[in-house]
Amino acid sequence: MNTIPGRRIIISAFLVFLLLPIYWLVNMSFKTNNEIVTTMTLWPHSPTLENYVTIFTDESWYSGYINSLKYVIINTVISISVALPAAYAFSRYRFLGDKHLFFWLLSNRMAPAAVYALPFFNLYSAINLFDTPWAVALAHCIFNVPLAVWILEGFVSSVPREIDETAFLDGYSFPRFFVKILIPLISSGIGVAAFFCFMFSWVELLLARTLTSVAAKPISATMTRTVSAAGIDWGLLAAAGVLTIIPGALVIWFVRNYIARGFALGRV
Amino acid sequence: MEKTVDQKAWFLVLPVFLIVAFSAVLPLMTVVNYSVQDTFGNNQFFWNGVGWFKELLDPNTDLGERFLASVWRNLLFSAIILAIEVPLGIVVALSMPRQGWQVAACLVILALPLLIPWNVVGTIWQIFGRPDIGLLGYVLNEIGLNYNYVSNDLDAWFTVVLMDVWHWTSLVALLCYAGLKSIPDAYYQAAQIDGASRWAVFKAIQLPKMNRVLLIAVLLRFMDSFMIYTEPFVVTGGGPGNSTTFVSIELVKIALGQFDLGKAAALSLVYNLIILIVCWIFYTVMTNAGAERPAKGGIA
Repeated sequence: MNTIPGRRIIISAFLVFLLLPIYWLVNMSFKTNNEIVTTMTLWPHSPTLENYVTIFTDESWYSGYINSLKYVIINTVISISVALPAAYAFSRYRFLGDKHLFFWLLSNRMAPAAVYALPFFNLYSAINLFDTPWAVALAHCIFNVPLAVWILEGFVSSVPREIDETAFLDGYSFPRFFVKILIPLISSGIGVAAFFCFMFSWVELLLARTLTSVAAKPISATMTRTVSAAGIDWGLLAAAGVLTIIPGALVIWFVRNYIARGFALGRV
Repeated sequence: MEKTVDQKAWFLVLPVFLIVAFSAVLPLMTVVNYSVQDTFGNNQFFWNGVGWFKELLDPNTDLGERFLASVWRNLLFSAIILAIEVPLGIVVALSMPRQGWQVAACLVILALPLLIPWNVVGTIWQIFGRPDIGLLGYVLNEIGLNYNYVSNDLDAWFTVVLMDVWHWTSLVALLCYAGLKSIPDAYYQAAQIDGASRWAVFKAIQLPKMNRVLLIAVLLRFMDSFMIYTEPFVVTGGGPGNSTTFVSIELVKIALGQFDLGKAAALSLVYNLIILIVCWIFYTVMTNAGAERPAKGGIA
């Protein structure tokens, strides 16, 4: 009753459409450059692992992944830990300027990264954080903290208020209530919020590239190295691309049951 | 349930306030500062008043013309992708399997494009669309279409739009799916007893229930497409000519390419203002919709 005719065909066609470009990338990552350029083959006829070997043995390549993961993890930890108390405050209390504050946060989630690229460069150079993972992690807070507050507020609001009141009557102090009762109750929400912080920090390139040069260079910036005077090293580029998809695919698996609600920012 | 008034809640919000203010207000001050000054290099700045803003909003100047053209281009792009992604997303959400392992599999595959770094999305389509080594470009040329996104405006647009549909339709579909999941079975049973047609069920039950999430979807997609940078930059670099130069690409060209700080800052502020206005409409509509729903949103 709640589905439409031909749904199997529609969903299958759409999934194929999603997977085809990714398959092409994977396909190319196992080919030699000679095979890529000279022939059009639907699967690698002489499969090679050479492209992957290059990435895993060359430090300038694999350090890109480590640098990216560093700032993504720092950012996720900062975002969640400051957003939790704020989400509770927005969900339970009214206070001076609460609505304006909420709107201001929201507007920062929407601010174009291109606007901030240059001022961030000045700011983080001035405080000597340029070219460290901290600069990128703090810069990404501008869109991840508002997002985390949003998602967590939705989840905190679905916890009945009576639970807070009972806990306080039982003599719980506020910090103890927060850690022992509230956090376990919204653990799935924290998981979802962390997933989204991870995701948006992981996929962002413009700020990450602007705020780093050598020591903290993210993988997405390293990938531009495949372009040289001799042309583009397609196989290597494809292999590097495939490896950036894997962390995302792994974290999706853990939150698959909450993805839909998370994308609705906890507000369905 | 009414929220209690308590000013001490500010202490809970303070860390968020400080950290966002640090990364939003401080840099914005720099931008405002640049926007009213001119420089001839050597870090020497001169007061220029609202000169940059006048130039920016006057279509007869070079800067104004470029800005206006990029805004129209960007609005057209946003309109096209919304017109494709929203209906397609709804159809995909309605086609989702009902239960079993297929649901999890579909959700994971749907979410996959959303977790690919944006420059890799660009790279994937750059490769996929190339006539010599990409499947899409190769097939299109084999069946007789002269497709080349590097030299032809229309092909470049086709590639960028198709890429965005590939990248973001899943977001709309996942949001709609979350909305559909929250409809109790009783509604469908009632409709069945009334002998409602498939279309009537969609119009009277599913669409109203998806209202809220569709609103979020439309506005998130509008915002994100209005500040799109990385993906088209990787695929087309804003070309051929200027045909896919969206507002963000134009801004980065001026700021980091030509290092015209005054112009770039003025553009940033106007750009931010547009976003802020749309955001305000979004927020007002959403809080109004929120006021209508029952006191507890609850878990879907």
